[in-house]
Amino acid sequence: MSSVATQPALATRRPAGSWTLLARLGRQNRAGFVAGVVLVAIALAALAAPLIAPDDPVAMAPRDRLLAPGNGHLLGTDVFGRDVLSRILFGTRISLLVGAASVLASAVAGTALGLVAGYVGRWPEYLVMRVMDVLFAFPAVLLAILVVSIVGAGLTSIVIAIATVYTPIFSRVVRASTLAVKNVEFVQAGVAAGATTGRILLRHVLPNIAAPILVQLALSLSGAVILEAALSYLGLGAVPPTPSLGSMLSENRTYMELAPWTILYAGLALGLLVLAINIFGDAVRDLLDPRLRTDA
Amino acid sequence: MLSYVARRLVVVFLPTLLGISILVFGAMHLIPGDFVDVMLGIGPDVSAEQREVIARSHGLDKPVPVQYVVWLGNALTGDFGRSLRTNQPVADVIIERLPATLELAALATIASLVLAIPAGILSAVRRNGVVDAVARITALIGLSIPNFLLGTLLILFVSLRWPVLPTTGFVPLSEGIGANLKSLVLPTISLGALLAASIMRMTRSALLEELRKEYLTVARAKGLSGRAVVLGHALRNALVPVVTVVGIQTGYLLGGTVIVEQLFAIPGIGRLALDAVLQRDYPVVQGTTLFIAASFVLINLLTDLVYGFIDPRISRT
Repeated sequence: MSSVATQPALATRRPAGSWTLLARLGRQNRAGFVAGVVLVAIALAALAAPLIAPDDPVAMAPRDRLLAPGNGHLLGTDVFGRDVLSRILFGTRISLLVGAASVLASAVAGTALGLVAGYVGRWPEYLVMRVMDVLFAFPAVLLAILVVSIVGAGLTSIVIAIATVYTPIFSRVVRASTLAVKNVEFVQAGVAAGATTGRILLRHVLPNIAAPILVQLALSLSGAVILEAALSYLGLGAVPPTPSLGSMLSENRTYMELAPWTILYAGLALGLLVLAINIFGDAVRDLLDPRLRTDA
Repeated sequence: MLSYVARRLVVVFLPTLLGISILVFGAMHLIPGDFVDVMLGIGPDVSAEQREVIARSHGLDKPVPVQYVVWLGNALTGDFGRSLRTNQPVADVIIERLPATLELAALATIASLVLAIPAGILSAVRRNGVVDAVARITALIGLSIPNFLLGTLLILFVSLRWPVLPTTGFVPLSEGIGANLKSLVLPTISLGALLAASIMRMTRSALLEELRKEYLTVARAKGLSGRAVVLGHALRNALVPVVTVVGIQTGYLLGGTVIVEQLFAIPGIGRLALDAVLQRDYPVVQGTTLFIAASFVLINLLTDLVYGFIDPRISRT
C-alpha cells in the first residue's frame, strides 16, 4: 500500500490485516463466525461436486424415477430418475458461481462508474447517476426479465441480468464514499505531487473506500443467489437439464405431494445457503462498519 | 411543502420516467433479429414487399428517434400497441390483469405493516427479551427464504394437508369476498414475508437509535409514561427510515408478484409480463415493463412526499 495512504491524517488506527479481522470476527460475533464456516463448507462441497457427487446430475434413468430417499440414493431421485443429492451439489455450484460472478461484475462496473462520478463530478457525474437512477427504478426481477428477453435464457444471460441489477447499488455506495475521501489532505497531496487522476483513484482513493465495497459485496451476494434461483425457477435461467436449485423447485412441482423429497432438500439447501450468506454478510458489515449495526 | 412536491416531480420523477421509457424502447431494439419482424411477429413466409407495407403502416420505416417520440406520445395517451398473440390492445390486457396484482400487493403491504411495526416496537422496547429474540429470528428467516420457496412450502405443508385454502388459482372479488380472500391468503404470505421482515428490522433499529437520544430522557424526566415516550415521541422520528424501507420494498413487491403470480396461477400483471417474455410477445413486454417501472417510480415519489409529512425539516431544505 502507498505510504501516503496510511499516514495518520485520516486513519486514526492502523488498518487491520485480514487475519486480525478474522480473529476479531471469531471473538465478537459467534453467529457470524459459524455462518462463515458453514458457508466455506457449502462452497467446498459445491466446488468439489464433480468429485463427491454420487451420480451424474443430468443422466436420466426412467426405471429409477421418484425413488424415496434410501434405496441407493441418499436423497431419492426425481421424476427423470436423476439423483437428487447430485443435482443439489451441482445446483449449489451454479448458485454460488452465478451469484459470485454477477456480484463481482457489478462491483467492478459500479466501482468504476462511482469513482468517476464521485471524483470527476460535473456532467459525467450527472449522466452516470441519472442512468443508475433509471436502472434502480426497475424492480430486480423485472429488470432481469427485460435483460433476459434481449439476450435469451441461459446462465451467461442471468449473470448479465443480475449484474445490471446490482451495478447501481455499487455505483451509489462508491460515489458517496469517494466524495467523502476526495478532499482529504492525502488526496490533495497526490494532486499537488502531480499524480495522474487514474493513479490517484487506484492508489489513494480505492484503498480507502474498500471497506464499504466489501460490505456491499457481502450484502449483495444473498440477493444475487436468490435472484439466480428465482430466474431459473421462472424458466429464464439455467436451461434444462442443467441443475439449479431454483429450477429443481419448479421441475418437480407437479410431483411434490407424491415425492416431497424432490423439492424439500433443494429448498432446504437454498434456504441454508442464503441464511448463511445473510448472517455472514451482517457480520462483515458489523466488523467493517460498526455504525450500520442493526442490533446496536 | 408545495414547492417541495413540485421540485421532486421535476428533478427526480420526470427525468427518471423519461429514462425508463428510453430504456424500455431501446431494449426492444437490442433484441437480435430485424426490429420489424420482432415487434410485429412477422414470420419468414412474408414477402419483402409485404413486410415493407406492414412496416410503413406501423411507422417503423421512420428514423428511430422519430419512432420513439411517436411511441412515447401513444403510450402517454394509453396506446401501447397490440399483443402479437391475441391482437388485443396491450392497454386493455394490462387493465384486465391489474385488479388481481393490485389486490395482492395491497394485502401483502397492509399485512406486513400491521404485523411488523408492532413487532418492531415490542422488539425494541423489550430489547434482548423473549419477544425480541423470536421476532429477530423470524425476520432473519423471512429475509432468507425466497418467496417461491416459501410459497411452495406453504402449498406442500398447508393447502395440500388442510384443504380449506386452495392450492393455486384466483377467485375474483366479483365472486364473493370470502372465496377471493381465501385464494389470496397463501400468495399474500409468500409475497409479504420479505417486506414484513425488512419493516420489522428497520422499525426495531430505528427505534433503538431514537430511544438513546437526549430529548427522550427529557420526556421521561418530565414524567411522561413509557407508552407516551415511545409512541408519541420516539416512534414518529423512527418512522422516517421505516417509510424508506416500505417505499423501496413495495417497489420490489411489484417484482415479487411476477414470481408469486406464476406460482399460484394468479392472472396478474407479473404473470402477463413473464408469459410475454416466454412467448416473445414484445409489445406486451414493453407495455408491462413500462407500466410496472412507472408504478415503482410513482411509489418512490409518494414515499418522498410522506417523508415531508412525517419530518417537516425535509421538505423545507
